Amino acid sequence: MSEMKANRIVSWLEERVDLGAAKHLIQEKVVPVHHHTIWYYFGGMTLFLFATQVVTGIMLTLYYRPGAEEAYESVQFIMTEVQFGWLIRSIHSWSANLMVGTMMIHLFSVYLTQAYRKPRELTWITGMALFGVVLTFGFSGYLLPWNVLSLFATKVGTNVAGQVPLVGHALVRFLRGGEDVTGATLSRFYGLHIAILPAVTTLILGFHLFMVQQQGMSSPPDVEKAAAKHPMKTMPFFPNFLLRDLFGWFAAVGVLAALAAIYPWELGKKADPFAPAPAGIRPEWYFMYMFQTLKYIPAKVGPIDGEVLGVLAFGVGGLFLLLVPFLDKKSARGEASPLFRWIGVGIIVYMVVFTALGYLAPGGK
Amino acid sequence: MKIALRVAVFGIVVGAAGMCHAPSAWAVNACIDCHKNLKEENLRLPAVKINDDYHVVRGLKCQDCHGGDPEAADKKEKSHSKDKGFRGKPKRLDIPAFCGRCHSDPSYMRKFNPSIRTDQVKEYYTSGHGKRLREGDQKVAVCISCHDVHAIRAIKDQAAWTYPVKVAETCGHCHADPKYMKERKIPTDQLKKYKVSYHYEVLTKKGDLSAPTCNSCHGNHGATPPGVDSVENVCSHCHAATAELFDKSAHKEAFSDLGQPACVTCHGNHDVMKPTDDLLAGGKGTPCETCHEEGSAELKKAVEVRALIGGLSRGIEEADAILTRAEEAGMEVGLPKFELIEAKDNLIKARAESHTLKAKKIKVLTDPGVVIAQKTVKKGHQLMAELQFRRKGLAASLLVIGAVLVGLFLKIREVDRRGRS
Repeated sequence: MSEMKANRIVSWLEERVDLGAAKHLIQEKVVPVHHHTIWYYFGGMTLFLFATQVVTGIMLTLYYRPGAEEAYESVQFIMTEVQFGWLIRSIHSWSANLMVGTMMIHLFSVYLTQAYRKPRELTWITGMALFGVVLTFGFSGYLLPWNVLSLFATKVGTNVAGQVPLVGHALVRFLRGGEDVTGATLSRFYGLHIAILPAVTTLILGFHLFMVQQQGMSSPPDVEKAAAKHPMKTMPFFPNFLLRDLFGWFAAVGVLAALAAIYPWELGKKADPFAPAPAGIRPEWYFMYMFQTLKYIPAKVGPIDGEVLGVLAFGVGGLFLLLVPFLDKKSARGEASPLFRWIGVGIIVYMVVFTALGYLAPGGK
Repeated sequence: MKIALRVAVFGIVVGAAGMCHAPSAWAVNACIDCHKNLKEENLRLPAVKINDDYHVVRGLKCQDCHGGDPEAADKKEKSHSKDKGFRGKPKRLDIPAFCGRCHSDPSYMRKFNPSIRTDQVKEYYTSGHGKRLREGDQKVAVCISCHDVHAIRAIKDQAAWTYPVKVAETCGHCHADPKYMKERKIPTDQLKKYKVSYHYEVLTKKGDLSAPTCNSCHGNHGATPPGVDSVENVCSHCHAATAELFDKSAHKEAFSDLGQPACVTCHGNHDVMKPTDDLLAGGKGTPCETCHEEGSAELKKAVEVRALIGGLSRGIEEADAILTRAEEAGMEVGLPKFELIEAKDNLIKARAESHTLKAKKIKVLTDPGVVIAQKTVKKGHQLMAELQFRRKGLAASLLVIGAVLVGLFLKIREVDRRGRS
């Protein structure tokens, strides 16, 4: 009976909407099965955590009040008075961090399996754009509770933007809505966080997923080569892969619930723009490697300011990653590319080591 | 011929340069240039120390204090000539006048600092040190005993002997030396006592430069121990509110009648400790037993006051403890902590009010504080209960999620098996 009902609903819809793509996804889409299949789940996990952010974020906007006089108190109200407000807020904060983590794993697993190669260059570029958008989400959202840590982290972060040659000062004024981090910055970041970035994400993410559906899942060159001799093992996306995705998502829900209940995100002390920066101020972990690198660069390297050099180096690094599908000629030919793989490993090692140094080095605690 | 002419002109120019006197800047250093090469330590040291002297920073030179001719390099008779106003090293008895030649001259000192005091020498001669010096006793402090000589630093300089943190050691240089002070009939344990006091802790460990040191109570140039009648005035200079409350108590008249110094009788002087509520107990070992008998009506009052203040203090401690537990467990305690501040303020006021010994007035402060503390304790318990609720909720939801995961795992296995077959 229920199958008949389902068929009737599908027929009704088909008379009005072309369900070809959906049918293809359910009936035809397959996922390669090989020793790197595990990495395929991280894209979906990032998407799930993003959906969590959207849902919890919408719930938070029901109570959050942007503005230097009210922001902190509204978050305090959410944490103490709103039923399960503490849970929603903590999940939102923890999920943001987990999302950045899974996104980094997704990015580097795609890089190391050379999934950026032709014909998936646009998928890679939109993916890199999404990475930048997610970091901007994290940076803008971090200020919204308006506590001491978030105020000074934003001051330091926007100061770094000021090191961009030529446009640095104008960029800082644009980001802050003035010379310093004030209530104007908070309003600006709030608009960015709940309106501009979600709109941009919808567009880019939509295209990114469209390209993934269009082109299917990529396999590493060595797997593709082996498939020329023996047919590649695959599993249907629906229901096999999707069930596994669901398994991961439910596990993520469990992890988020445990983190929110056992380590609720702290409120901190209300920001005081006139107070000096507390000792040991540092950014969130996903910016830590950049922060730590800037600490080690001397004030002046020849005629150039150390910080400017650092910012330029990060810019060049980001540009390298963005353009890697066009730089890696071997991958474009479908061959293994050890040189780019080792560069990728080097980048991962650098990020991990410098993030660890940020917490373990003297003056880092 | 041309070459010879050029050599001759060159020689004349060099010779003329050699015969010229050095500009005055060089001549000013003649005193130092000579003295720094002398073998005698007492003559050489001033030339070395002078680089750290504040007078030099303000543009003064050796001759401004000692006179003489600074340009007469290598000619002692000329540089030390009395005709050139040479005053040399003053006798100890004459040191205040020597320094006062400038420091007591308002029109001279105005050039450097229009608001600087110029009555130090006058004040000095009212002090115990000054009076004895006038009588010919040279074993007393003079200007250089506290300010150093040739390396005199500004008071705001952290290396100055008169910098607040260093004052006690400067005074103790003499006053804490039993051998040096043996002819005097005053104790030499003041520095030792002061170093265990709360005032010393606040000054040196907490870095509060307004905390009292020797000169705060004894004066600087007019240093004299405060008399019995004036101790309260000295303490009330900082502890004004407490002094005002003390004046309303029965102790004010009683201490005056007994010739006992206020404040010091209960709190001590050099070894003033941070007062605790035990001072209010009135039992053995407290200052109260000096005058009051055990079981007297006055001591019963002290016990009542102690009970009021102790009750509030314990309530606040209990509230603090439970909020700390809740905070460490991850609960948000900002608001209850903020509300508890009012109770803590009431406790401070009640402790100050204890100087009046009026239980009714103290109760007016302690009762609302106790109510706030109790409310906060209740809030703390609610937070701990909420914590338990969250943990139980987490356990329940993890069970549900676990069940779903098991279901999904079994479904995945089934679907895979179906796919293989």
